[in-house]
Amino acid sequence: MTIRRAGEHALLVETGSLEAAHRLDALLRADRPEHVEEIVPGQETVLVVAPDADQGRLESRLAGLLASVTDAGAARDEAGAARDEAGAARDEAGAAAGVVEIPVVYDGDDLDSVAALTGLTVAEVIALHAGSEFVVGWLGFAPGFAYLIGLDPRLHVPRLDAPRTSVPPGSVAIAGPYSAVYPSASPGGWRLLGRTDVRVWDVSADPPAKLPPGTRVRFLP
Amino acid sequence: MIEIVSPGPYATVQDLGRPGYAHLGVPRSGAADAPSLRLANRLVGNPESAAGIELTFGGAVLRFGDNAWIALTGAPCPLDADRRPTGMCAPVWIPQGGTLRVGTPREGLRTYVAVRGGIGVEPVLGSRSTDSLSGLGPPPLRPGTVLPVGGAGPSAAIRVDSAVQGPFSSCPPVRIVLGPRADWFAPDAVAALRAGPYEVATEINRVGVRLRGAALERARGGEIPSEGMTLGAVQVPPDGRPIVFLADHPTTGGYPVIGVVTARDLPLVAQLRPGDRLWFRPVPGVRT
Repeated sequence: MTIRRAGEHALLVETGSLEAAHRLDALLRADRPEHVEEIVPGQETVLVVAPDADQGRLESRLAGLLASVTDAGAARDEAGAARDEAGAARDEAGAAAGVVEIPVVYDGDDLDSVAALTGLTVAEVIALHAGSEFVVGWLGFAPGFAYLIGLDPRLHVPRLDAPRTSVPPGSVAIAGPYSAVYPSASPGGWRLLGRTDVRVWDVSADPPAKLPPGTRVRFLP
Repeated sequence: MIEIVSPGPYATVQDLGRPGYAHLGVPRSGAADAPSLRLANRLVGNPESAAGIELTFGGAVLRFGDNAWIALTGAPCPLDADRRPTGMCAPVWIPQGGTLRVGTPREGLRTYVAVRGGIGVEPVLGSRSTDSLSGLGPPPLRPGTVLPVGGAGPSAAIRVDSAVQGPFSSCPPVRIVLGPRADWFAPDAVAALRAGPYEVATEINRVGVRLRGAALERARGGEIPSEGMTLGAVQVPPDGRPIVFLADHPTTGGYPVIGVVTARDLPLVAQLRPGDRLWFRPVPGVRT
């Protein structure tokens, strides 16, 4: 766990895990340090951009928070081991309430190629994709494009050799260890499993992205 | 309103961008050479954050539907305002129906046109900037595009006759703060970066400036787990040729960043043309 300088105006906090990155992201958003312009979670990092901040003071503050998110994670794991049934039930109820459900019509152009690559039937591909709970790791590639973590390892397939020049918005796709919903029409090399009417990106909405980092997601066939 | 008779090679509306949405995958965008846009706005009494026009390699013709005070900054071009030659870095009066012709810059790449009142296109997520990476904001300007004027907020009196801006060197030293991933590179990579020079390749746009020169060798293979990227980051893809990120850079990426160009020097990089050169000068990070 380290805090690295990313130029004069930003610090890159290495959290060691996605979960700790999300906890740090949540803490910083709930109690935003002065002058912080951007908080950008990554797979094992949080980038904090603050051109007008005293970088030394910000670094001390981040070091304190980093210790708390990594300790809190450890403490929670220990507590989890000893957790009683009532606590577990409460957590499950809470989990169900916080999941964004995305209805999908599984008729994507790449269902057959994914089935061929994985040795599964199309029905099994759909069942595995719809049977997993995902969490939004981070966004990138395009506004609102969320990298969804939690794809069953049996569905890990490479990108297309030749990307499509245009993938329609709402396309539900997989590539490598990730799944995603295309937020807008764009070129794309991920394999298409289906489509949804859910708009994951809308500049007139607040917030404009339906799937910010840390959001849990399920696909409904 | 302003009618774009000709936009030149590439022109967009730019203000100071839309910071605050990087975690949702939204690039910052905004003027590639922000100090030049700020100066142009000050010259016509606008708030510095007002939207103007960013020209790439000059060559534009603009027709003004109303009386207007304008100012041009950045890459210096020959100017003809309503059939009178005029200068850069000064408030210029254009009568209703007048035409501004912008020639080819003598040096530098990007020229800014500010108009008193600002360019009044509809903001998207708080900014009027065209984001060339994501397509947010107004499309790049075309012949026939009509831009409304207004929306910049309260104007101040115009009090300055002309301003001075620095030369636009075709071989500037560029200060860089090493990290956050300098340790991903072989020990002599930093020496190679320092030894330079690096030449600007033909692949340049508002996302970044690709450089040619000594390849920066990695000490380790593979990709970095996807992490946030910052303005001015010098990202090094597997071929070892660095790319300097400008305003429309992607918000996250998996190639290591060997260093970040300082805020003072990034506008110099944004003004480089293909074939220009730069020398990286590593400096310690400044504690502000």
